[in-house]
Amino acid sequence: MSDTARDRIFDRLRKAVPPAAKEFPSPELPPKTPLNHEEKVEKLKRLMEAVRSEVHVVPAATWTDELKTVLRKRNLKTLLYAPETYVGKAVTKAWQEDREGLPSLTLYEGEIETFKETLFYRTDAAITTTRGAIADPGTLILWPDETEPRLMSLIPPIHIAVLEAGRIYNTFDEAMQAGQWISGMPTNAVLISGPSKTADIELTLAFGVHGPRELIVFVLE
Amino acid sequence: MAEHQQNFDFQKNVVAALNDPQLRANFDFAMGSMILKRKAVFTDEIETEQLRAVGNAIRQRALRKLPELLERLERKCTENGIHVHWAETTGEANRIVLEIMQSHNATRMVKGKSMVSEEMHLNRFLEEHNFEVMETDLGEFIIQLAGETPSHIIVPAIHKNKDQISRLFHEKIPGAPYTEKVEELNALARKTLRDKFYEGDVGLSGVNMAVAETGTLCLVENEGNGRMCTTVPPVHIAVMGLEKVVEKLSDVPPLLRLLTGSATGQLITTYFNMITSPRKPGEKDGPKEIHLILLDNGRSRILAEPQLRQTLQCIRCGTCLNHCPVYTRIGGHAYGFVYPGPIGEILTPQIEGLHRTGVLATASSLCDACGEVCPVKIPIPELIRRMRDENYDLTGVVPGHGHKWNLPEVLVWKGWELVNRVPLLNLLSMKMAGLFGKYLPRIGPLKAWTSVRTRPRFAKKSLHEQVQMEGVEYE
Amino acid sequence: MRNYPEKPEKVYFFGTCLVDMAYPDAGMAAIRLIQREGVQVVFPRSQSCCGQPAYNSGFRKEARAVARKQLDTFTKPYPIVVPSGSCAGMMRKHYPLLFAGADDHDRITAFADRVFEWTEFMVHVLRVKLEDRGEPMRVTWHSSCHAMREMNVIRESKALLRQLQNVELVELEKEHQCCGFGGTFSVKQPEISAAMVADKVADIRQTGAGEVISGDCGCLMNITGTMEKGNVPVNGRHIAEFIWERING
Repeated sequence: MSDTARDRIFDRLRKAVPPAAKEFPSPELPPKTPLNHEEKVEKLKRLMEAVRSEVHVVPAATWTDELKTVLRKRNLKTLLYAPETYVGKAVTKAWQEDREGLPSLTLYEGEIETFKETLFYRTDAAITTTRGAIADPGTLILWPDETEPRLMSLIPPIHIAVLEAGRIYNTFDEAMQAGQWISGMPTNAVLISGPSKTADIELTLAFGVHGPRELIVFVLE
Repeated sequence: MAEHQQNFDFQKNVVAALNDPQLRANFDFAMGSMILKRKAVFTDEIETEQLRAVGNAIRQRALRKLPELLERLERKCTENGIHVHWAETTGEANRIVLEIMQSHNATRMVKGKSMVSEEMHLNRFLEEHNFEVMETDLGEFIIQLAGETPSHIIVPAIHKNKDQISRLFHEKIPGAPYTEKVEELNALARKTLRDKFYEGDVGLSGVNMAVAETGTLCLVENEGNGRMCTTVPPVHIAVMGLEKVVEKLSDVPPLLRLLTGSATGQLITTYFNMITSPRKPGEKDGPKEIHLILLDNGRSRILAEPQLRQTLQCIRCGTCLNHCPVYTRIGGHAYGFVYPGPIGEILTPQIEGLHRTGVLATASSLCDACGEVCPVKIPIPELIRRMRDENYDLTGVVPGHGHKWNLPEVLVWKGWELVNRVPLLNLLSMKMAGLFGKYLPRIGPLKAWTSVRTRPRFAKKSLHEQVQMEGVEYE
Repeated sequence: MRNYPEKPEKVYFFGTCLVDMAYPDAGMAAIRLIQREGVQVVFPRSQSCCGQPAYNSGFRKEARAVARKQLDTFTKPYPIVVPSGSCAGMMRKHYPLLFAGADDHDRITAFADRVFEWTEFMVHVLRVKLEDRGEPMRVTWHSSCHAMREMNVIRESKALLRQLQNVELVELEKEHQCCGFGGTFSVKQPEISAAMVADKVADIRQTGAGEVISGDCGCLMNITGTMEKGNVPVNGRHIAEFIWERING
């Protein structure tokens, strides 16, 4: 007999299901015909818009112009960004050229413990990269890291996500295989398909309950 | 109602629920909508069947290899820096949470939605120890304000309508103006809870599935409160029923699709949160510590019996509740315990014992609506029948089995058997029914039947008698 | 879809205990409609009940004893036709489970394979053609849960009704929802059952149909008993009895 909760639990589990000699049947889903590039972009856009994401498919060369147009309409004070990423670099450059009517760029300074107040109460929007996206079921993939912390995509009322169109996968499975997730999961991987929402009151859909009210996606072609 | 009921009286709860027109209307509307939403996702019957077969196989494989997978999960999580704890009972799980809180001098917990924490009655436990516990899922927040328990495992406040919630917020949230606009009610909750996330010392969440292969905890949600609870506070505690492990990362996509499609009719939720480690050096946010508490609470016992084991396949999508004609009419609280509806009818008796909760197995017409939609193909009606058997079975395996055994009922069924096994008795009883059926006294079952119906009419000449008259071979 | 045999010379008819006792006219109509297709009907006298009442009530041993009686009664290799989706479902889907691990399990699955619900047999095996001789009328259809989910024969039942030219079939809004019968459920949980059947009756009324047709007499007894008690002027009948009347004018 053993004397920790763990040992007692494992004793019972091992008695309950002794090791089986054979492998277990694992039926597989029939493969689906992969979509071509245009179809993937179209599907992602359609499905994400259906859950009230705002999706702009734009030329990679001029995407910051489109970003500016979107931001000017919203009249924001601050935009949190990560200067080391390719998105951050492009934004820095674009803001140097012209920042008329645009929010001022702010940095995630220090760790959350010291940055919390600014992040929670004085940040209007944040812009992040994405690791890719999945056409079916229409979602972005984010792998936050030291340069682009987790809460950037969660706390500010507006989240702007930038996606390279070439990184749209057909399925979640395909995304995991292509990115070799199995050999090294990050601290936190997150799929995001739209703005925060709830239907807990009479099943009435409402957006922006805890996370961002708006998710704006730029798909760079 | 519906606190962990010491004096659980199902019949009383049923009658009270049926006589509450507001409750009936709320559930009728909500369940109807949920059924339509699910249907809109699973449009292709053949594809859905293939997906359900895959889901079933993944869960069966996981259960069959449970000891191995749990060891692997523990090893992987530990390597990733997650502390793993084991609890045989809900009391032990609560104590582990308490110790973690105390070791950090924490006073405030923010909670994401977790049915296992409901099973633990964690809020009550921590409040008794003078901690502040804040539910942050909007539905859970509503019922916490009202001092109630969830009536549905996915939409916990579905028994309340907008007017009821409007009044509740106005009364219970300091300074809240009265409003009936859903947007404004949500904004009130957002504002209140934002401060709580800000202040929280510890965040607690459930786990929708844990991947043994990588030591990853997966959480499904729409609001973002789950991500808040698992990212903002310096300590994250995840509580999980030990059956929720899956073997491989590749098991996740099909289960995720089945879960979100069945639960809320979504192709995917707003967020799918995969947590593999606490904050690493250089990272700026995320909890510095993650604790995973694996709860047994009867599960290892359920695992031991192959038929009952299927109960543990459940991924807690709640679609069996939505499709159940009984649940739709009596709501979740009537079931008296944490898990209501069809899944509750088979899970609750196995955890709490048949002697206390075996009556739940009577709350089904065995219409099979639950079995038809279960994303992992749990044969719920078969398991309800099993609970009914165990209620009378003196040699059963479920705790409290045989509690309903009584001579009169046993004799009635023995008599029924005899009449249906011995042709002469059968003919005789038909004849008697035809002649005297209408004089049967209105007591017992007949009284129950005739409360809303006319009494059954027995034929003067049974089919047995009639077939002999014309061209039928009566052998 | 299951594989259906060619039209046989003879079939067994399993009347079901409820038809035997309370709805023999439905049973006779079902038999006559089979005979009308030139198939001989065999009615073994020692048949009784499929065993479902005990099976669903926690008395598996008693259910097994009664089911055995049917196994020993319907021994010849004829198809077994059953005028009830529920009893057919019991014999076809549940006998193999009820006798899981039995020495003669092969025999039980072979038996289960021979079981057909009456409307599916009429459509797929006998391929009946019906000529309606009745006055124009509007009816609605109640699907029993087991005909729908265990036997999957609702399309067949409705196809038969749709052959009747003067009959307008108006579907229920909540056709998929149980009427609240559930055998002993209706007396063990009478309040819930009453709430369910009340909703079913309301749904039937909103169709404006003068008659509700079903393939299961248990549901019918529940629904018509409630309508009668509540003075709802809608009839209820088994599909076989209804068809027999229509084609005979």
